[in-house]
Amino acid sequence: MAKKIDHLGLRSAMADRLLPVLVAAMSFLAALAVAGTLAASSLAGQWNQNTGADLTVQVPDPGDQAVASAETRLQAVFSVLAKSPGVNAPHVLTADEVNNLLRPWLGQDAGQLGLPVPAVITAQWSGAGAPDALRAALDAVAPGTLAETGTHWAERVAALTASLQASALSVLLIVTLVASAVVAVATRAGLAQGRDAIEIIHGLGTLDSDIAGRFAARVTMQTAFGAVLGTLCALPVLFWLASLALPFTGVTADMTRAASLPPVLWVVLPSIPVLAACIGWVTTQFTVRGWLRRLS
Amino acid sequence: MVRFDDVGLKYRRAQGKSPVESLDILRSVSFEIPQGGFRWLTGASGAGKTTLLKLMYLAAHPSQGKIEILGVDAAKLPVREAALLRRRIGVVFQDFRLLGHLSAYDNVALPMRLARRSEAQVKSDVTELLHWVGLSGKLDRKPAELSGGEQQRISIARAVVNRPKLFLADEPTGNLDDLQADRLMMLITGLNKMGTTVVVATHNQRLVKDYPAPRLEIAHGTLAFDEALVWAG
Ligand SMILES: Nc1ncnc2c1ncn2[C@@H]1O[C@H](COP(=O)(O)OP(=O)(O)O)[C@@H](O)[C@H]1O
Ligand SMILES: [Mg+2]
Repeated sequence: MAKKIDHLGLRSAMADRLLPVLVAAMSFLAALAVAGTLAASSLAGQWNQNTGADLTVQVPDPGDQAVASAETRLQAVFSVLAKSPGVNAPHVLTADEVNNLLRPWLGQDAGQLGLPVPAVITAQWSGAGAPDALRAALDAVAPGTLAETGTHWAERVAALTASLQASALSVLLIVTLVASAVVAVATRAGLAQGRDAIEIIHGLGTLDSDIAGRFAARVTMQTAFGAVLGTLCALPVLFWLASLALPFTGVTADMTRAASLPPVLWVVLPSIPVLAACIGWVTTQFTVRGWLRRLS
Repeated sequence: MVRFDDVGLKYRRAQGKSPVESLDILRSVSFEIPQGGFRWLTGASGAGKTTLLKLMYLAAHPSQGKIEILGVDAAKLPVREAALLRRRIGVVFQDFRLLGHLSAYDNVALPMRLARRSEAQVKSDVTELLHWVGLSGKLDRKPAELSGGEQQRISIARAVVNRPKLFLADEPTGNLDDLQADRLMMLITGLNKMGTTVVVATHNQRLVKDYPAPRLEIAHGTLAFDEALVWAG
């Protein structure tokens, strides 16, 4: 019953809508950062699975004549590959396959763009380490030929993922710190505005824990509300990003896109408001109790 | 019981770049008021009456000496114990200190609600008290909608509503007419008869004459005269 009475005048002192809005903005960023980390690591996982043992050879100007041979460059490269130890099941990609590969970057029909598309040979690489000797042999018959193993790409993707995750983590850290600072500033503004009322009820013997509790309850509500709002706003963006990422995840366009957010995200996203509420509660408790110390 | 033992209070004030200036507000004040005692606190304006009361309701701490309030050493009090002790002290401030966003009723109810009294109890006590101070028809008014005298009576009602063990009032009749002042004195003497220690700072000569009690006279921050010692002989 007495709980309904707003002794501190908090309703007017902290009527500012700014806190929920700022928290919403930061939760939005946090949601993107979390989703980014998860997406990066799942992409990296797929790259590692699919491409670890892949050998991709690109032959520019495949129809031209090879060095010291009557064969075309493509034919020369293919026969070198067929003879090399560690190279299994070489396969020249058809024009359709190449177009499919390039579609995410170049659109529907890359062939129609008139670009000098190289021939691509895929194979399984079972040799140890980088195929340096193979590269030299290929270059000798068809200069300009590129041979890349998946391991090379997987390493690069892993490095990229790690740095994306580090960036996302620092975004989360900064967002947390800024959120605490914003809560502390808003609380201090509320304390300054309600200073007279607080001094009076403190003088009447209200416990510091009660005063801090009332502030904290209010701020917790505001931060939780703001964070729910911000996370919800991030959802459409996340779906959009997920649809952009579809070609990279090996999911073809005709597969259903609705459930394309990683399942972990459905656990992690709801924890953002919970965390925001915790930050709000803890920061307010510390701020108010610290401020009250000067009254006693 | 209230006991002051060689109490001094300095306010430190930074004067720009020059060294901190320290102002002696109170110097070596010693007195004792037994539980259930009544004292008038008198002295010229600026003598230090309000400051002395502040020390008694734990809003200031002495720079020197020892203070005992209701049998508790005020210096060694943890924050929580200090809050609980404050609940046993009723204070009428010179500037009322009412909560502007609360009605007269809720302002008076505040100490009872802090003490977690039942709302039924709060209702009967608060309405009775506000009736006694002549504010029956104005329970819902905010302090800003009331006269100085009416605000003063609300702050008096708030100070006594929890039947404090120590009652302190700083010029409580400043805005009251003689009739209201007499009603207030009936309230205070009633409280005093039930065992509450009372200290009232006042300039009202008539009141001091009509309600005889020992005076504590403050002059320039020192205790010039403790009439209780004279009365005791
Ligand atoms: N916060 C303060 N800082 C510095 N000086 C103060 C402060 N409060 C009161 N004083 C000074 O202390 C003296 C006593 O003040 P006060 O106790 O209010 O006197 P009284 O209530 O007897 O009129 C005055 O000279 C006043 O200027
Ligand atoms: Mg005064």
